[in-house]
Amino acid sequence: MKTSTLKSWFWVHKWTSLISMIFLLILCVTGLPLIFHEEIDHALGYSGEAPGLPGMERTASIDAMIAHAQARNPGDVMQFVVRDSHEPDAWFIRLGESPNGAITAYDMYDARTGELLNEYPLEQGIMNVVLRLHTDLFAGLPGTLFLGFMGVLLVASIVSGAVLYAPFAARLRFGTVRRDRSARLKWLDMHNAVGIITMVWLLVVGATGVVNALSTPIFAQWQATELAEMTAPYRGLEPVTRTGSVDAAVEAARSAVPEMELSFMAFPGNAFASPHHFVAFMHGRDPLTSRLIEPVLIDARTAEVLEVGSMPWYVSTLMLSQPLHFGDYGGMPLKVIWAVLTAVSIVVLWSGLVLWVKRRDRSFADWLARARASEPTPVSVEGRVA
Amino acid sequence: MTGRQTTLRVWRLPLAIGLVSAGGLLFALLGDGAADALSWAALGVPVALSGWVLWPRGPET
Repeated sequence: MKTSTLKSWFWVHKWTSLISMIFLLILCVTGLPLIFHEEIDHALGYSGEAPGLPGMERTASIDAMIAHAQARNPGDVMQFVVRDSHEPDAWFIRLGESPNGAITAYDMYDARTGELLNEYPLEQGIMNVVLRLHTDLFAGLPGTLFLGFMGVLLVASIVSGAVLYAPFAARLRFGTVRRDRSARLKWLDMHNAVGIITMVWLLVVGATGVVNALSTPIFAQWQATELAEMTAPYRGLEPVTRTGSVDAAVEAARSAVPEMELSFMAFPGNAFASPHHFVAFMHGRDPLTSRLIEPVLIDARTAEVLEVGSMPWYVSTLMLSQPLHFGDYGGMPLKVIWAVLTAVSIVVLWSGLVLWVKRRDRSFADWLARARASEPTPVSVEGRVA
Repeated sequence: MTGRQTTLRVWRLPLAIGLVSAGGLLFALLGDGAADALSWAALGVPVALSGWVLWPRGPET
């Protein structure tokens, strides 16, 4: 590769990394505990657990749970009924200030007895701070989109770093760290070797993080086009104020697609539904299809299924980007691997930062001594492009 | 220290590690049980190699 081309790539690598560095460090440090957020929530007593009641059917009325939750939160409105495939014996009732307003309650009910099992403590505790730092820097959608852009810089940094790898590593055996020379050389070798070893994992986690950051615009696009089209025949009618039975609606959705399970159902007035419809989002039962959703349109008054839709490619891309970013799709060993690779990524970021700081501090005499060194080492390549 | 290697040669191991990592990322998404175990083994490769590179030791010979 020509020195001038190499120099351009070096420039890209340096600036994309420097601009995003502090945010990527925040994302890694907060991402580490978030890998285990379910376990931490459980240990802190934030999340509940459905007791073992062998032989009991999941026949408790969801309508009764909703009535119970609303009586405890007067004035709040239904947003979603949620099912967690890890907690099949529970229903989660989500209330908000308004159909699309701030969440006010996330209550867990026993699907067999109808008993209230847990009220999730919203916007409290250290994990909430960690989550907000990771997802929006306490700045809402602009914060999320900003972090998404930092993810784009990370991807550019990884690609440019990979281009620079070959000329730097051409004289070294794979994985060599020259610990016997300068500290700077040790950091450089570590940065290059570990960076290239973790490259594909970090590229996937970075790119899927960008897609996750775009979840609001992605769903907004679906709502403005396909959902609007599905619900178009009801446009102009009076909004539904008293819905039909939620139990009947859930049952109708299940009968319409018996091979699928409910993920969540949006209530009339919510952006995931319409003023006249429930929309039940169903997922499959295989490892892969359990991550994808399909919308089932339900008349909010009669609880009749009107249409079983499918999701466009961009929503499916978002749905598959979630597990690939979270690392929650292969049991505890995969989570531990995710955590170790996150820690290794912190080393890559940190060593890159150290290299930049040390370069700035280097005197002309140091530079001259290195330039006059007789042995041609990769340092000479680096000296030329930098 | 070895002589200067061709780009292809320099990239041989990183490409192999990248392919194994990508397989590891996909296996657990496509299956359960044995597929998960395969995924752990595959993603264990970059984990183990990172440990090998970063492990403190004396100067290289």
